Amino acid sequence: MIAAFRIPGAGRLKQAETARFSFDGQSYAGVEGDTLASALLANGVHLVGRSFKYHRPRGFLSAGAEEPNALVEIKRDFARKTPNVRATVQELYDGLTAQSQNRWPSLAFDVGAVNDIASPLFSAGFYYKTFMWPKSAWKNLYEPKIRAAAGLGVAPDQPDPDHYSARFAHCDVLVLGGGAAGIAAALAAAETGVRVILADEQADFGGSLRFESGAKIDGQDGFAWAQGAVATLKAMDNVRVLSRTTAFGYYAQNFVGLVERVSDHLQNPGREQPRERLWQVRAKRVVLATGAIERHMVFADNDRPGIMLASAARTYLNHYGVAVGRNVGVYTANDSAYAAAIDLKKAGVGVAAIVDLRDNPTGPIIDEARALGIEINFGRAVIRAGGKLRVSSMTVQPKNGGGERTIPVDAIMMSAGWTPSVHLFSQSRGKVAFNDETKRFVPGTYAQDCVSVGACNGTDGLSATIDEAYAAGAKAAKDAGANTVKGTKPKVDASESWSRGMLGAAPGAGPDTTVKAFVDFQNDVTAKDIRQAVHEGMRSIEHVKRFTTNGMATDQGKTSNMHGLAIAAETLDKPIPQVGLTTFRAPYTPVTFGAIIGHARGPLFDPTRKTAIHPWAERQGAVFEDVGQWKRAWYFPKAGEDMHAAVDRECVTVRKTAGLFDASTLGKIEVVGPDAAKFMELLYTNPWEKLEPGRCRYGIMLREDGFIYDDGVVGRLAPDRFHVTTTTGGAPRVMNHMEDYLQTEFPHLNVWLTSITEQWAVIAVQGPKSREIIAPLVEGIDMSDGALPHMSVREGRICGVPTRLFRMSFTGERGFEVNVPADYGQAVWEALWAEGQKHGACAYGTEAMHVLRAEKGYIIVGQDTDGTVTPGDAGLDWAVGKKKTDFVGIRGMARPDLVAKGRKQLVGLKTKDPKVVLEEGAQIVGDPKQAIPMTMIGHVTSSYWSQNCGRSIALALVAGGRDRMGETLSVPMPNGTIEVEVTGMVFFDEKGERLNG
Amino acid sequence: MLLIRCPYCEEERPELEFRNAGEAHIARSADMAATSDDDFEKFFFIRSNPKGIIYERWRHMHGCARFFNAVRDTVSDRFLMTYKAGEPKPAKLPGAAK
Amino acid sequence: MAKAAARKSGVAAPSVERRPALAGQELSATGVTLAVLPPAERISLRAPDASVAALSKALGVTLPRKPKTSAAKAGRTALWLGPDEWLVIDEVGRDPLADCAEVTVLHSAVGISHRNVAISVTGPAAAATINSGCPQDLSLDAFPVGAASRTILGKVEIVLLRTASDAFRVECWRSFSDYVFIFLSEAAGDAAA
Repeated sequence: MIAAFRIPGAGRLKQAETARFSFDGQSYAGVEGDTLASALLANGVHLVGRSFKYHRPRGFLSAGAEEPNALVEIKRDFARKTPNVRATVQELYDGLTAQSQNRWPSLAFDVGAVNDIASPLFSAGFYYKTFMWPKSAWKNLYEPKIRAAAGLGVAPDQPDPDHYSARFAHCDVLVLGGGAAGIAAALAAAETGVRVILADEQADFGGSLRFESGAKIDGQDGFAWAQGAVATLKAMDNVRVLSRTTAFGYYAQNFVGLVERVSDHLQNPGREQPRERLWQVRAKRVVLATGAIERHMVFADNDRPGIMLASAARTYLNHYGVAVGRNVGVYTANDSAYAAAIDLKKAGVGVAAIVDLRDNPTGPIIDEARALGIEINFGRAVIRAGGKLRVSSMTVQPKNGGGERTIPVDAIMMSAGWTPSVHLFSQSRGKVAFNDETKRFVPGTYAQDCVSVGACNGTDGLSATIDEAYAAGAKAAKDAGANTVKGTKPKVDASESWSRGMLGAAPGAGPDTTVKAFVDFQNDVTAKDIRQAVHEGMRSIEHVKRFTTNGMATDQGKTSNMHGLAIAAETLDKPIPQVGLTTFRAPYTPVTFGAIIGHARGPLFDPTRKTAIHPWAERQGAVFEDVGQWKRAWYFPKAGEDMHAAVDRECVTVRKTAGLFDASTLGKIEVVGPDAAKFMELLYTNPWEKLEPGRCRYGIMLREDGFIYDDGVVGRLAPDRFHVTTTTGGAPRVMNHMEDYLQTEFPHLNVWLTSITEQWAVIAVQGPKSREIIAPLVEGIDMSDGALPHMSVREGRICGVPTRLFRMSFTGERGFEVNVPADYGQAVWEALWAEGQKHGACAYGTEAMHVLRAEKGYIIVGQDTDGTVTPGDAGLDWAVGKKKTDFVGIRGMARPDLVAKGRKQLVGLKTKDPKVVLEEGAQIVGDPKQAIPMTMIGHVTSSYWSQNCGRSIALALVAGGRDRMGETLSVPMPNGTIEVEVTGMVFFDEKGERLNG
Repeated sequence: MLLIRCPYCEEERPELEFRNAGEAHIARSADMAATSDDDFEKFFFIRSNPKGIIYERWRHMHGCARFFNAVRDTVSDRFLMTYKAGEPKPAKLPGAAK
Repeated sequence: MAKAAARKSGVAAPSVERRPALAGQELSATGVTLAVLPPAERISLRAPDASVAALSKALGVTLPRKPKTSAAKAGRTALWLGPDEWLVIDEVGRDPLADCAEVTVLHSAVGISHRNVAISVTGPAAAATINSGCPQDLSLDAFPVGAASRTILGKVEIVLLRTASDAFRVECWRSFSDYVFIFLSEAAGDAAA
């Protein structure tokens, strides 16, 4: 069954291939190749939306991406709901479900339309003025109400089940726009053999050839030529042709972002298929062939459904075979609407009359219209459109006033001329220039290696366009390095030409009127709003834009800019170029978050790093915590244990027998070279020259400002080789910091740095039984206290695997850290675990590690320090080489404020009630009875329940802390003040006897 | 995304491989410990932050890993030139005559 | 191989199992195949110009001096990573660390066999797969066979080596290998486009 407004035999679609779809619950039939817009129009549906602010009924203005009105929601399923889809771009598929937006309860009867009646309240800048008082009402009343009433579409509330792909691409010549100009440029470039990418936002290439019935190239109909040429390009190895692909942003150095809509037009997208694909293209040369967009006429009620651009009506007819009405009026200031009228008339559609604002235009196209018997009225204006949900008439008046005449119509085609699409050129930072003669902005000064061709360059006529584009394509290829040109320029046999048109409000919508003559349909901005903005003091076009919202948001001035500018210029009584043009911003059309995110979701949102021992911990039921990108075993609960019980058990077991801990994530850097010790002297506060090979030292690294940057145990493997460890989180930045100094401040040193973090898995074995656990598996290392004292390192083998065995302790117990090549980490761990089982050892996680080190007062950089803590503040003066003359931070440490009295110093805190565990970050005050706001003298940095101590313990930074030993301070909390006593930092085994115990 | 010419890799590479490392040609004193408070302030805290030509350090972090120097126009965000670490501040800039 | 084994003799064989990351994982998609490569011997080699000749001799492969290049001989490949930095990969079980240990000229050789995981990406869509997350131009003109570079894949660092016109070796750090393999797998599914 053929739809009512489909003209048999017209257009290029196979009308027999039908697709069912629904709009607002009503079922319709369309044709394969339709857009949602053409399919609805074929069924006589013009009313498809309500406007942003006034909720006025709206129909289709255009047949392309510039559409400001026909925004609908496309729903595939509960999770796949896409709002604000342009019906003029959405291709039809069988089963498509679309819904209108911004209306309640229904599209035809929308309560919000009361805004239209109350419109004096909502004039330009209304939200700056109307809702100013009372102040609090903005947040609680006005803003939520306005947002609810004025939103366009509803965001989906389910996770997006689709996936999105991304690709970096490089080419010699990138051609943006696949009309006659783009295709000609691409052909010229491609024939030289250079790499070419041609992209167009439409499903079909051809641009305006889709509707220009008068174009003939190489002896063929223009559109057919385009298809043939694109097929030729597709067959070439050096060419990539991208349809349904919008260049949305033009960035520095010819870097262009394109979004390819891969499956939105498919009924059943394949599972593997992404919904969209982001192309980030770097091109040596860019050819902009982005065409021009037709302007509407600005007259009263020019937004009634059924009123559209002449080129759109022509596209619906010539491409889709759809008549936009049965009795169509034409309102123009430009020749190109005549061509539309002629095409419609020839297809058997009634053309009520052409109303031409111009006085006495002449030319063959006007003669042809007249010859077809179309009524033509020169020097007249349409001063009003009749109808509400659909245009029903146009009221015509001589442009200088006089008698009115109302002509019944069911559609109006309008054209005020064509605006070159300089959006991408402008984004490339090129400067536009105003052509006074043709009254349009065209590319002026270029900022990048690109060139504009055809309509976007203000070039009129198909012949001139092809000449210019073909030459530009060949030159771009040559500039990009091509040396052969062997192609043949397409020959234009027939073409259409359009004369200029007009800018600004048409008669009947002038300064003396209060009618709603829309300039920007999407943002509901009228000619009156623009004038009002000027009257209220806006002088710059940028201010006018923000005050009225003209050309803002997704429209980006595609249809509205020039009219808005002309009206502002007229009101300001200044020439247009003096008023200026607003900046075109990326994106050209809206881009989904999915396309921007691409692959970076789920496991690819951020890398998840796991150690070699991770699978073992997983099998043991460990609970993991995130430490940067790493997953670390937090604690190992046994059946029935909560975290508290597990951590208590782990802490007690380590001190009673032993524990195994996965320390693989610690940063590790191998420092190698004859000047290794000299370099270490400069990067760490400690002295290193005299550290004997085989021995270790706890090192502190400062920034130049004298504050602690990182710390870790460093082992000297050989006179010219150090094995440096860093904090887990600090590993990358410490490496960068060291490389920075080595390369730029100390390049004379013969030393090199290599990250070995991931070369070695590290198993810490800590506790009185640690040696008994390790020794049976070790070969070639004397494990006795005499041969391997605390803070020493040996190379040998464990389980037959090479090891760097450190005797060191972060628990205060006798301890070792076994480094083995990562692939052996899990197996060596299992062997040590088996040995450990004989002694009742446990595996412990990062929480127990934290508690055990806090019991000993060992700091954690980044927890007990915050980038403003000096070694002195942290009680680590002993680790600063007193005789050293230089190291990074030596001068910073000596700054007056850093040596002043009263600095915050790291101390221990014991709560008066041993059962109370302080909150980390809690503030500390002296007198808790002082007036609020109290003077805070420090804060808690680490706080735990210590089962080994049988009480809570805490570390804190407190002003003048070391002079406050024994003092009682207070920690005010919501449920009352907690009294604490200032103590030393060591809570367990103060004498350190257990290191050899 | 900018293209940055790495003077060690001898070609332009995508910005994603690089990391900015602050202003260039701020020499660390050979006798750091003896630096005056004022000089230390200038060395560590004070940066020129010019509108126009800036000399800055970059690291080809995810490439050759070398630090190098660059001359960039902060208005146009264009690189005028890049050169190896340790090389003197260029006396003449390409295209600076304009 | 026999010789290499002999050189290592006198050292106890590991009594525990080696468990490489992602061992044996593979994935095939239209136009591209991913495969996690077996363990290899690797060193990070750093040296000034004056040492290059002696090190090349000891390693049996000429250390390349030109940026973004590599040199390969008898199962051993040296990749130029920086002006004084090479990644040496040995796929036939000879330990380059041992070879360098005998060299007295100024250098730094650090074993990183276990730090890296290698994934091969092969097939006509191999370059497109990698370009899903790598911003470099991977055309044969810009990145010919033998080209090598440290670069970016998505959010992590990789070392990329082109082993044939339609084959790449992607090296990354061990703990990033999950991410890299998943990334390449997802990209592979769309690379034929």
